[in-house]
Amino acid sequence: MDTKRQYEVVFIVDPTVDDEVTKLTDNFKQVVVDQGGSVTKAESMGKRQLAYEILHKKEGTFVLMEIEGSGREIAELERRMRVNDRILRYLTVRVDEDRRRAEKLKGRRAAKAAKRSTPAGQSRRGGSVEFAESNGE
Amino acid sequence: MSTNYEDRPRGGGYDSDDDSDRRSMGGGRGGNRRIHRRRVCRFCIDKVDLIDFKDVRLLLNYLPERGKILPRRISGNCATHQRMLAEAIKRARNIALLPYTTD
Repeated sequence: MDTKRQYEVVFIVDPTVDDEVTKLTDNFKQVVVDQGGSVTKAESMGKRQLAYEILHKKEGTFVLMEIEGSGREIAELERRMRVNDRILRYLTVRVDEDRRRAEKLKGRRAAKAAKRSTPAGQSRRGGSVEFAESNGE
Repeated sequence: MSTNYEDRPRGGGYDSDDDSDRRSMGGGRGGNRRIHRRRVCRFCIDKVDLIDFKDVRLLLNYLPERGKILPRRISGNCATHQRMLAEAIKRARNIALLPYTTD
């Protein structure tokens, strides 16, 4: 229960106010910290073309933030972004569960590879399978 | 009426019989279909555990001209990775990294 959740927040800032992006990001960072979360990463993905128009705008500045916390700071952050006219769009994704799962799979694969490389019996078994297959054909 | 009611439990057994029949029929007709090269899941080969929605260049490979998600029967992806891919594409669409439609 007490484990921290990890989130990835991407938001698009109106490019016409480009100079304010860092200020805005710092502002959001402060919001997260105030709510008891922590920002592990905040980086600009730069100005890029939008795949479709949002509010008649064809490009925007993308900012990626990684946040760790309970989820309360996300609620506040999203509320702020909704209110802010310069934020064209935002997307929050919870990533800790998927990352843990990926980590687990990676560990399992490493264990499997280690097992395969050590005993000679494994390769013998592999050979017999091959033989059976060629017989079937 | 009463016979109908009694039939019901037997109906379950009949269903399973029907299934096996269908399966055998499908096997018989399978030979008639066009022979396809068995495609394999690119993500399984590369041992991908996580598909990031920000990786536009990767996702674009699975988005044909119309902007629809490439079906599994064509890409050959495994179910797990297709699901991850679809999720990533939908997220990317939401944040305007990828189009919903192109015309």
